[in-house]
Amino acid sequence: MKNETGMTLIVKTVTRLTTGLIMIYGIYIILHGHVSPGGGFAGGVIIALSLIHLVLAFGKDVLGRKFTIERGVFLMSLGALVYLVYSAAGFMGKRQIPEGAAGSGIFNTGLIPLGDISLGLLTGIGLFVIFMLLVSLADREEK
Amino acid sequence: MELHLILIFMIIAAIVAVVMKDLISSLIALSAAGLGLSLAFLILKAPNLAITQLVVEILVIIILIRATIRRDLPRVIDGRWVFNTSATLLFIACFLVFGYLALKELPDFGEPAMRASAGYILSGFEKTGAGNIVNAITSSFRSYDALGEAAVLFAAIIGLLAITRKAGRVRHEK
Repeated sequence: MKNETGMTLIVKTVTRLTTGLIMIYGIYIILHGHVSPGGGFAGGVIIALSLIHLVLAFGKDVLGRKFTIERGVFLMSLGALVYLVYSAAGFMGKRQIPEGAAGSGIFNTGLIPLGDISLGLLTGIGLFVIFMLLVSLADREEK
Repeated sequence: MELHLILIFMIIAAIVAVVMKDLISSLIALSAAGLGLSLAFLILKAPNLAITQLVVEILVIIILIRATIRRDLPRVIDGRWVFNTSATLLFIACFLVFGYLALKELPDFGEPAMRASAGYILSGFEKTGAGNIVNAITSSFRSYDALGEAAVLFAAIIGLLAITRKAGRVRHEK
């Protein structure tokens, strides 16, 4: 094997098959947060778990240059900013959330999906940043 | 009935998690208690809470195992067991007495006081159009609460970034 870091070949193969499914399930839970059980926080944690799954199986350097802590903090802060605007919009007008038509579709519920998506971005990327920071801290202490 | 079985299982798992001397075994028992809590939420018809509890428990257990797998802390047993045991019993007695007094004032289980939330439940579906009423309330009527939770999470991540940055350590070593 060319890549010796991480766990065994069995774990790596299973991880390669399942990580995408787990992440799609997290995105599904975020987008359907106002229709079925779930929401921004739970879906965000599932997305963070799929990324953590990848890092645990393949080692710390699997994401390479695509994901750095700075980019993670940027995405996380973007989510937090959008959620702040979404949530503080009640100060501006009399009504906090624009009214949606009653129904159970995805797109006819006002602005609630926007809040779910931004909270999911904050939670998912933020918890993964916490995990990466703890991993790098533990590796630095071992040296 | 199932709820009582799960509660007894959770109590046993929590006691095992405290008593166990090996740290990994203790974490496994802790995850069993968390799974029981998630099942209890499902039985009480709160699938939102069940999903969140299950997922957060998995994340916390993974982080705890990753953080504690190489440093198994030995239990400290010193000679002051008389003072320790008496203090523990005193605090347990205080907790039970105050818990009894506080629980007597609360409304009964399953019949909460619906002063503010009745309006949310009655008019939530027409005003938001969301089928999941829990998410409709937490992200529209009670959006400031959710903003507070997001602020807590954000502050935790920023604090961890400030603690683990490299520049401060290098300057301190010089």
